[in-house]
Amino acid sequence: MKSYTEKIKEISKGLLEEGKVDMVIGYRKGSVPLMHQPFFAQNQQEIDEFVWDSNCGLNLANYVTDRQEKIGILATGCNSRNIATHIVEGKIKREQLYIIGIPCKGMLDRHKLAAMADGPITTVEEDEEKGTVTISGDGFSETVDKTEALQQNCSICVHRNPVIYDELVADEVKEQTRDEVDPYAGVKEIEAMSPEEKWAHFDDLLSACIRCYACRNACPLCYCPLCFVDESKPQWVGKSIDPTDVRTFHFLRAYHCAGRCTDCGACVRACPVGINVRDFTKKLEKDCFELYGWEAGMSTEQRPPLDTYKPDDPEEFIK
Amino acid sequence: MKVIKIDKNEWADGVEKLHDNYRLIGAVREKSYHIFATLKPGQKPEMEYVNSRISPKYVIYPQSEIILECSMDENDEDYKVYHEPGDKNYEEKAVLGVRPCDADSLPLVRRNFDTDEYKDPYWLQAFETTTLVGLACDAPCPSCFCTSAGSGPYNDQNLDIMLVDNGDHYLAEILTDKGEKLAGAAGWDKDTEQGAEDSIEKRKTGAESKITSKVNTDNLANQSLLDLYDATIIWEKAAFACINCGTCTYACPTCWCFDVQDEVHGRQSYRIRNWDSCMYPLFTHHASGHNPRGTKLDRLRQRFMHKLKYYVDKYEDGIQCTGCGRCVSLCPVNIDIRRICNMMNSYDPESCTCEVTAS
Amino acid sequence: MENPYIPYPVRIDEIKTETEDKSLKTFKFVFLNPEDEEKFAYRAGQFAELSIPGLGEIPIGIASSPTEKGFVKFTVFKTGKVTSYLHSMKEGDIMGIRGPLGNWYPWDMLEGKNVVIIGGGFAFTTLRSSIIYMLDPENRKKFKDIHVIYGARSPGMLLYKDELEAWAGLDDLNMHITVDGTDDPDWPHHTGFVPTITEQEAPSGTEDTYAIVCGPPIMIKFTQPVLDKLGYTEDRIIMSLENRMKCGIGMCGRCNIGKEFVCKDGPVFTLKQLNQTPKEY
Repeated sequence: MKSYTEKIKEISKGLLEEGKVDMVIGYRKGSVPLMHQPFFAQNQQEIDEFVWDSNCGLNLANYVTDRQEKIGILATGCNSRNIATHIVEGKIKREQLYIIGIPCKGMLDRHKLAAMADGPITTVEEDEEKGTVTISGDGFSETVDKTEALQQNCSICVHRNPVIYDELVADEVKEQTRDEVDPYAGVKEIEAMSPEEKWAHFDDLLSACIRCYACRNACPLCYCPLCFVDESKPQWVGKSIDPTDVRTFHFLRAYHCAGRCTDCGACVRACPVGINVRDFTKKLEKDCFELYGWEAGMSTEQRPPLDTYKPDDPEEFIK
Repeated sequence: MKVIKIDKNEWADGVEKLHDNYRLIGAVREKSYHIFATLKPGQKPEMEYVNSRISPKYVIYPQSEIILECSMDENDEDYKVYHEPGDKNYEEKAVLGVRPCDADSLPLVRRNFDTDEYKDPYWLQAFETTTLVGLACDAPCPSCFCTSAGSGPYNDQNLDIMLVDNGDHYLAEILTDKGEKLAGAAGWDKDTEQGAEDSIEKRKTGAESKITSKVNTDNLANQSLLDLYDATIIWEKAAFACINCGTCTYACPTCWCFDVQDEVHGRQSYRIRNWDSCMYPLFTHHASGHNPRGTKLDRLRQRFMHKLKYYVDKYEDGIQCTGCGRCVSLCPVNIDIRRICNMMNSYDPESCTCEVTAS
Repeated sequence: MENPYIPYPVRIDEIKTETEDKSLKTFKFVFLNPEDEEKFAYRAGQFAELSIPGLGEIPIGIASSPTEKGFVKFTVFKTGKVTSYLHSMKEGDIMGIRGPLGNWYPWDMLEGKNVVIIGGGFAFTTLRSSIIYMLDPENRKKFKDIHVIYGARSPGMLLYKDELEAWAGLDDLNMHITVDGTDDPDWPHHTGFVPTITEQEAPSGTEDTYAIVCGPPIMIKFTQPVLDKLGYTEDRIIMSLENRMKCGIGMCGRCNIGKEFVCKDGPVFTLKQLNQTPKEY
């Protein structure tokens, strides 16, 4: 990953020096473990702050929405698919972007590691050769396989390499196939539940929600100038933490992301109370894949399936 | 102040007795972290925890609270005439194991709800009927900076009782009449052995030495408000990263802003107070469409200027922060109040620069 | 403990449509409990929260004057959820008023001074309150010359038309009514924007002359340099702000400009005070 960082700095320097872009969007080192900060560089001093490792788990596509500048942007597989979605949806133009592609090996799950640790984590070290991660703090140190420490969306990811880019920082990584990993195993577990079990599952899932909207705001798809939960004329959703209103928010937001979500995991990563928001979005991703053979953001040409109509669209669900 | 000794088995027995006189609230494990929740009889609060994920401010200031109600039925006497809800229950309650940083946030918040002109009856009654049994903090987080934010791991100023974990027993400082009453109800009255106060002092020094991060606040009052407001260097990069969620404000023990909403359920109308966040565009959005804090930068700046400058100037008694570190560890994009505070404190308007320290 | 969130119940006594586009209506309220009227003792320049159960509250400047007894009046522009509903309400309907809230124009300071009132559009409501208050026989002698410059887009958009005409006929008030434009060839008043009329008609700024300015941002923006030119110092220009509000008592945290709350420390500020705060209004 160190080599990634050096290469990112080198490319960024060239882009800014040659005036190809006005800014490069990447990450700078965070002040707490497992957290880097989305950051833009416009000069050498700022480029020097760039960092890349397994703690860059937000989605940088969120930071180019409606921007007017020429932008260099780092993009992993999922980030690049959200950039493609942005291009399709008119939120940015392809020619405004210089996409620095990052073949991605997955991001560390900050919630999972915090729960594994025997106290507050002060340092995180990754051994790339051994494929391990060591978390330590006051009086403890624990080493786990990186595969155990990955965000769940990363461990089942089948598009680790960027789908659009201008330049790659390294050779492509080997993709996991749908034979090796089942992206929908989690969804299938919920699908197998009885209605009562499902109700209990989602009730429990959302019980901790404080409606801070970190999930929505971390999501590159949620760019509406006024979200339906904030509408007052008419007011669709109450603003308290009444469970009905909390559910309405999550259900509807997920539907708004149907066929557009790339399972980047930014929502889950951002949630302060550890809600697996992906339980909703992943189900709709699965439906889009099974009904329409669709995966979001794989091209800059095609509009998402719920945005288009075809005479042979499946309609078995209409009963 | 009196110090007593509570053996840990006596602690458990005492907690059980307290159920008769108090609604008990304590830290409980919820999935992978702790929250403060009402304890059922037989349920013990966790005392081996770092701190709750979200601050326990909701014990006194719930995230959603009905403040007024009236009937929407013409035949009722209170048809469209709002009044206090009939079922408000200000029973005595006790928070067991609250951390000093969270208790220290209460007098800061009180300044907002208890003014010369207006008193918020809901906050005040909830506060006055709460007994705070604190738990001194021996294992602070790397993101904690209480000692430079007017608090400290052994700060007992805003507690009724402070417990110090001393192996097989707690040393308990009985600090107020409320504390005395609670200890009496629990049956805790054992004298301490000699040297108890020295043990507390020693532990306190040990705990304080573990807090390695700090904020510099000495120059905040001297800084010009408008200079800080216009200091792009402080705001630009953080505002870029900020996603304008409410995590920092909702997790914070000292954030008090709220929204008021009417909801009709059946034939009854309720006026509800909900936590609100200065991070949300709607917070200041005029009906005309104009928004005085229309950009992300405006909103991020409001949060920090409020805590670290407006509050400082208004009350002349420090910052509106007790250093609990929740916003530091929970912010999804790593906006660190320590860094912002140190930038604000060291900002030089002549050169438009500041000494930036990472933490 | 007085609960500052409970509105006084009131009945809508009279509704008057003020403007030709029907976007502004004046509501006259009578308190259901007569003793509440005394508790609602207010001064010109203050505002109150109009409360409609089931919908919410809106902060509106008080348009009646403390010298008018037995009722309170508010002129409301139809814009959001609550005001739209209010516009559909009928005489006799029950709702609530919470207040009075905020500060008022600095009447003590204005005693013995010339007062120039400059208003535009529907921000004229607390200025009406002020004019009625100053014209009250008990009060008129406390002030020297009074000028009023009030403009709207067209004659049909002027508020309180009958009163304006009456004021225009008074000797102890210099009334300057203006409209941006009109196709009425017999229009007896000024035509032109408020800043222009101010430049023509307002007295020069002296130590003894204060201007109270209320209007849309664009009017304020262009009136300010005129007042500068006329010699008004920033501490003699008084303005009333509007910001989104909820509680009205300085607690909910949204209406601040710097460390001042528009709802509690304002809405009335001198330009000098505003120049020391961020322009978040």
